[in-house]
Amino acid sequence: MSDISVAVTGTLDPPGARPWGRPWVRFGVRRSGRLLVSVYVLVTASFAMIHLIPGDPVRGALGPTAPAALVEARRHALGLDAPLLTQYWRFVKGLFTGHLGTSLSAQLPVTDVVAQRLPTTLTLAVLAFAVAAATGIPLGVAMGVLTRRGHGRRTELAFTATSVVMAIVPDFLIGVGLVYVFGVHLGWLPVAGNETPSGYLLPVISLAIGPGAILARIVRVEMVRVLETDFVRTARAKRLPARTVHLGHALPNAVTAALTLGGLILGAMVAGTVLVENVFALPGLGRTIVQSILTKDYPVVQAIVLIYGIGVLLINTAVDVALALLDPRSMIREA
Amino acid sequence: MSDLRFEDVTVCYGRTTAVDGVSLTVPEGEVVGLVGESGSGKSTLARAAVGLVPVHRGAITLGGRPVPARGRRRPLQMVFQDPYSSLDPRMTVGDSIAEAMPPGGSRVERRAEVRRLLELVHLDPAHARSHPVRLSGGQRQRVALARALAGRPRVIIADEITSALDVSIQGAVLNLVRELQRDLGLSILFISHNLAVVRYVASHVAVMYRGRIVEQGPTGRVLAEPGHEYTRELLAAVPGRRSQP
Amino acid sequence: MDRRWLRVVRSPLGLGAGALTVLVLGVAVLAPLLWGDRADAVDTGTLTAGPSGKHWAGTDNLGRDIVFRVLAASRLSVELALLATAIAVLVGLLLGSASCLLGRRTGRLVAAGVNVAVAFPGLLLALFFAVVFGVGAKGAVLAIGLSGAPVFARLTETLVAGVAAMDFVAAARVAGVGRVRILLRHVLPNIAEPLAVNATIGAGNALLSFAGLSFLGLGVQSPAYDWGRLLFDGVGNLYVNPAAALAPGAAILLAGLAFNLFGESVAKGFGVAVLAGGRAGVGASPQPAARAGHEAGPAPSDGAGTGVPDVVLDVRDLEVTFHGDRGPIRPVRGLTFAVRRGEAVGLVGESGSGKSLTALAVSGLVDDSGRVDAARLELLGSDLRTRDTPARRRTLGTALAMVFQDPMTSFNPTRRIGRQLAEVATHHLGMGRRDAMARAVDRLASVRIQAAGRRARQYPHEFSGGMRQRAMIGMGLMGTPALIIADEPTTALDVTVQRQVLELLAAIREADDVALILISHDVTVVGEVCDRVLVMYAGRIVEDLPASELATGAARHPYTRALVAAVPDMDTDLDRPLATIPGRPVDPAEVPPGCAYAKRCPLADARCRADDPPLVADNSGRRVACWHAGELSPRDGVRLKGAETAREAR
Repeated sequence: MSDISVAVTGTLDPPGARPWGRPWVRFGVRRSGRLLVSVYVLVTASFAMIHLIPGDPVRGALGPTAPAALVEARRHALGLDAPLLTQYWRFVKGLFTGHLGTSLSAQLPVTDVVAQRLPTTLTLAVLAFAVAAATGIPLGVAMGVLTRRGHGRRTELAFTATSVVMAIVPDFLIGVGLVYVFGVHLGWLPVAGNETPSGYLLPVISLAIGPGAILARIVRVEMVRVLETDFVRTARAKRLPARTVHLGHALPNAVTAALTLGGLILGAMVAGTVLVENVFALPGLGRTIVQSILTKDYPVVQAIVLIYGIGVLLINTAVDVALALLDPRSMIREA
Repeated sequence: MSDLRFEDVTVCYGRTTAVDGVSLTVPEGEVVGLVGESGSGKSTLARAAVGLVPVHRGAITLGGRPVPARGRRRPLQMVFQDPYSSLDPRMTVGDSIAEAMPPGGSRVERRAEVRRLLELVHLDPAHARSHPVRLSGGQRQRVALARALAGRPRVIIADEITSALDVSIQGAVLNLVRELQRDLGLSILFISHNLAVVRYVASHVAVMYRGRIVEQGPTGRVLAEPGHEYTRELLAAVPGRRSQP
Repeated sequence: MDRRWLRVVRSPLGLGAGALTVLVLGVAVLAPLLWGDRADAVDTGTLTAGPSGKHWAGTDNLGRDIVFRVLAASRLSVELALLATAIAVLVGLLLGSASCLLGRRTGRLVAAGVNVAVAFPGLLLALFFAVVFGVGAKGAVLAIGLSGAPVFARLTETLVAGVAAMDFVAAARVAGVGRVRILLRHVLPNIAEPLAVNATIGAGNALLSFAGLSFLGLGVQSPAYDWGRLLFDGVGNLYVNPAAALAPGAAILLAGLAFNLFGESVAKGFGVAVLAGGRAGVGASPQPAARAGHEAGPAPSDGAGTGVPDVVLDVRDLEVTFHGDRGPIRPVRGLTFAVRRGEAVGLVGESGSGKSLTALAVSGLVDDSGRVDAARLELLGSDLRTRDTPARRRTLGTALAMVFQDPMTSFNPTRRIGRQLAEVATHHLGMGRRDAMARAVDRLASVRIQAAGRRARQYPHEFSGGMRQRAMIGMGLMGTPALIIADEPTTALDVTVQRQVLELLAAIREADDVALILISHDVTVVGEVCDRVLVMYAGRIVEDLPASELATGAARHPYTRALVAAVPDMDTDLDRPLATIPGRPVDPAEVPPGCAYAKRCPLADARCRADDPPLVADNSGRRVACWHAGELSPRDGVRLKGAETAREAR
């Protein structure tokens, strides 16, 4: 085919690509800026927590009958007798030097308590996330293709009904149910503690079912939506094989959209560990924070709230970076 | 005298300048067409005039005084492009029109006024009780015109009011615009990307390109002897001009 | 309104969930009155006993009956959940409508705060607030309420922003309506439905969260009890009496499911979007048309008829059918036409005339919810009615080029332009990646994209609209097309860009004798580019005529003449009103008997309203479907330029 030459009538060709500078740099600067601000807000909030408690938190913790000297000593131990700004400064400095105070009930540095408990929670969360993603996403893609417009009415109904129920049932109820069936009824698996790797099996299952079902639903809906877009029609007009259209063109776009919501689900899984750890008596951060709230061990509570918060923020940042890699437009939206 | 006058108007969105030092007059009782490509700043200029977008520099005056952007009396009204988003789906046609009327008057008077306005745009007054869902695109655009008239404006800004309509309906709305201008002596700033449409309704035309007005004057002259390169290009691009070689 | 509720109730899920919700609410109101005493009755004879005839789910450590306690606890559980939801919705509503009430700057600050807060999962926030407000029912209500607020704030914000961007809000502002009044009269009523639906789902989630908090021992404290507290107590004795844990667990599950599922089915019935971040999933997919039983079988083939050699596209009796609520809808009703090599055929008509669907049908791209029937449907010699094969894909992939209306959405946003072009060559021409990319760059250059090598590495959003449409044409040129089907290729473009795209298409036609089907609503564009024009109305071809006859007024169908006259051009007489076509285009779901245009036609008589006129060809190959073909109506005087006998008619 010969080259086509056309007389150019338009001397005023509209501008093409707009100069974005270096999108990656702009994205990096903006996104880390947002992360820093969020961390600052989080640090301040966890510091403020103890000061937001109505009345005197120390008196409240020790009870009305505690002697005044004890209250004063505890106040000093918590550093609450210093001016507010000094307290804030100490708190922030402590974060950088690793001194988060002393646990009142354990009489141990908070850092030690946390370091001891963190691995359990981390293992649980990572495993559960892996299971949820590894089942939810492929299931959603398959269901999306099977139930695309004009297909699989029955399959869609069955899938929707099951996944809705699975998405709603709270993790702690699944946990209690699993403990009953496997621990009490069958007596197969350990139902408390994490001495053996199999101790993680039931907790991971109870934590992963809900998010896995939600992920599958989101991915399916997105897949169905993307399969009706103009650019998928373009791909079909190019007569590409169905596999290329579905996996090459539709999937990346469906996952991009699903990831935006998936970040929130991931965050919710971090919180879910609290309940699941308590169901299965896993010695993680979740169990510790609940006990510390009940015993009013504020330094520990503050530290754990901070750790959870930072975990959530890091997940969100990771999701945004993944989005930027998958879909260059999201970088511009950020900037 | 109540000319709508833009004097050296500049509108910025963040760092981008959408409208750059525009001066334009809509003389009383005239229809001025504003043409240009998408992104040229036509709609921004319109939105700035009615106070939906803040003006960065310059002044917009009506009869020598600033256009009021507060209060219930608005002598400058606007009709929007998309007839499917410009009427509240929850409100009856009558309520939508009544809302735009200046305060005062009894219920009966207001209802009568709604009837009069609907008849003015050639709609059955019974439509006052309908919700917009029941109306076609062309009918909705008539309601939007009636609502604009309800504010007893001296000037109406019509922003691409026919571009979302089917060709068979576009003609009727254009006829209505001409009729309203003739019968009520309205001034209209008529924004469109379609030169043939502007030629049909406007006595004056201004050509906007990249935020600036590059040419303006009586429609006949601008279309017959375009002075600016861009105007010439626009005219050359109008389809149908080469049908008879 | 009523029909939508009916749709909710008619679905088994909606009916079940609705009944369950009513049941839960009913029990919550009545249970403490009916069974309050028995729930607190202490049976010292049976402490922590398993299920028995007397106590169905056993007793707790004071010998109180578990079943009655679970029933009685429903009041507190539901009450607290609703209270927390009310707090969440109220605070969320205030924060979410801040941008609307307080102006842009303050609004943006609030939105930023909500943005940070919404990233934190509800339970974490609840733990935070539980520390602040103390352990107990009051603290838990505040904690769950406030921790739910950011999600509702975000929802409100999104909904408000959606409504605030609508022109009717702008119109109200122009009319001088105040901010508060706009919020109350225009914005809130339009977002009330999704808010209510999400609040219902939110109540379900609050109930579950409350159970969770009580289960952790941070919620309701003894002697008061809710379901979570009962579960907490029951789990302690799981090995002794599992029923004491399972009974409140079942109650929590049932109530949580009831609210959630009810909300979701209402959302689905009403077509309302649902939050996906929390426990609730994504709902409200548009409901696909049900597959009703329908006259069956593929259209009969008229033997082994091979088309004329130079015919690129041969279509006979093409029909496209969808299934609607009230029987089949047929937007394309029996189209017969052919396109020869190198010929440019225009397809004009108003929206709903079936022209775009015709394009999709003849290129085999109608999705599976529609059915395509034809007596013959041959594209480049291959029968499109048979199953898709790799060989046919290769033929069509290289010889048929498609250009769609919206260049903004027709490219895959996550892939570089060059790769999207190259794909055609790797799949259909057996080229390697490198060769395919080289050809892609070459093709981009051939459609006058400057610096094609650099452009090929860019993403679609870095191209302007006109460039994208050119790149789309370039994609069609990756093979050696014999036919280009362009569906409103310039409608989304500015006139100057439109001119460039049309010239490009014309140049391609000339260079390689490529046939073109140009679909447009714009008679002038079609008249300029095409050799022949097919005018469509209500899914049928009403006239088939040489394009040159459009402008000269030689069209014989009254619709064609009206269409030409209704569009002002640069020579329109300014002293006359424009010709108009009364009424509105035919809805494909309600095609009248007889001629579909009869209702709007000045020539229509009884015969027109009864019998649909067939499309008849004359000696020169022109075709027209009209009982009064060629007759002038009084109105036509206006349309025929220079006709002095004109008489205005409305």
